Amino acid sequence: MMIERQRAIVSGQSVPRLPRHVRIQFDPVRQAHAVLSPEKVFWPNEASLDILKLCDGRRTVDEITEDLARDYDASPQEMAGDVAAFLQEWADKLLVRL
Amino acid sequence: MSAPLPPIGMLAELTHRCPLQCPYCSNPVELLKANRELDTETWLYLFRQAADLGVLQVHLSGGEPTLRRDLEQLIAGLAGRGVYTNLITAGVGIAEGRIEAFAEAGLDHLQLSFQGARAETTDRIGHNRGAHEKKLETARRTVAAGLPLTINAPIHRHNIEQVPEFIKLALSLGAERLEIANIQYGGWALLNRDALMPDREAVMRQAEIVEAASAKLAGVLNIDFVTPDYFAIYPKPCMGGWARDAFMVAPDGTVLPCHAAHTIPSLTFERFGEKSLGEIWEDSPAFNAFRGTDWMQEPCRSCERCEIDWGGCRCQAMAIAGDAAATDPACIKSPHHARMAAFVAEAQAAAAAHDASADFHYRRITAGHEAAKVKA
Repeated sequence: MMIERQRAIVSGQSVPRLPRHVRIQFDPVRQAHAVLSPEKVFWPNEASLDILKLCDGRRTVDEITEDLARDYDASPQEMAGDVAAFLQEWADKLLVRL
Repeated sequence: MSAPLPPIGMLAELTHRCPLQCPYCSNPVELLKANRELDTETWLYLFRQAADLGVLQVHLSGGEPTLRRDLEQLIAGLAGRGVYTNLITAGVGIAEGRIEAFAEAGLDHLQLSFQGARAETTDRIGHNRGAHEKKLETARRTVAAGLPLTINAPIHRHNIEQVPEFIKLALSLGAERLEIANIQYGGWALLNRDALMPDREAVMRQAEIVEAASAKLAGVLNIDFVTPDYFAIYPKPCMGGWARDAFMVAPDGTVLPCHAAHTIPSLTFERFGEKSLGEIWEDSPAFNAFRGTDWMQEPCRSCERCEIDWGGCRCQAMAIAGDAAATDPACIKSPHHARMAAFVAEAQAAAAAHDASADFHYRRITAGHEAAKVKA
């Protein structure tokens, strides 16, 4: 069994989601959201958390960017680069599926 | 000292029993028999306290944790509290249907060890004929059950040249993570150091191979590289700092800051049941002995890296510098640093001379005490 996999590259049409073994969870002890993954716990800042919460396997990256732009009162063009860079980084770490 | 922050991770050594006999096992040289293990209810009670305390991830390990017939129940107990569960297994002799049952109970992730990338190496290092084939089957069943898979490759002289094959193996099995983990020379590995220590050229080649593969396989395979201390310039932040965000529990409920902490003779450890986990985490003298930076001596005390590596490994300082509060000799600033290279040279000489010290003391429940005496 040889599984051929390739690095996924983020585009506006990508539909990101968290894999089953990565989850966002509110930690009542620390009153903060944690991202739990194999061997690692991340404490994302508010902006990162906002992106991750929209990675629901339904929205495209373009749609996520538009949603965030509304929330942050910015233009989608301003946000697109940051959102794409963040998702590419997390996809490269296999924490987000594209 | 102010109250410590809550722990994030816990390593639960559910048992010391294991079908393999790897000569670098991280369990103590004096292993516990089955009759010393905590029962199901006590583990579940301990896990509830851990979750209350703030533990978010539990690594279920051993020995071989699947030898516990109640493993499904233990996983379910943790999953019920939202704790992330990671099963660390040798993957030999897991009964049909159990991996599926672990997944159903809520297991989040499975880490499977391979002692070699080739069957003959795996079988020889683990001292278990047919182990490699069984591990391949465990990997297939893990992926088929929809569980994410990490392959763990403990690296030493006898398999360091197989690193490219380990990478191929991990890819072929559908793993998303591969740990190339140079073994830590404590406990059993310290007894077997002359038989296991690689030479410098092999270590350097390995580092280049891993670096190139990590870059090439970004987004395909995460490679975690645990570098070898004996060839290092600076120490690793062992356990992320002593009693800083993780701890471990031995099969009999003894709670320790790390799995080798019992090798520090000045410390005594408390058992769950006599005290709560919270009391042990906050108040145990053993946990407070090396917490933070107040305990440090020079050169750590004034070092700009003291909150990067937290002084390195206390157990390695004990084993090599003879003082658990000394700088980890892996650090170039340690006055004992040159001994690391000397031990490497000694191991190469023993191997070249086919010295008996280059033969394995295999890990066995009864053999540790004998082997320790021979070595002393």
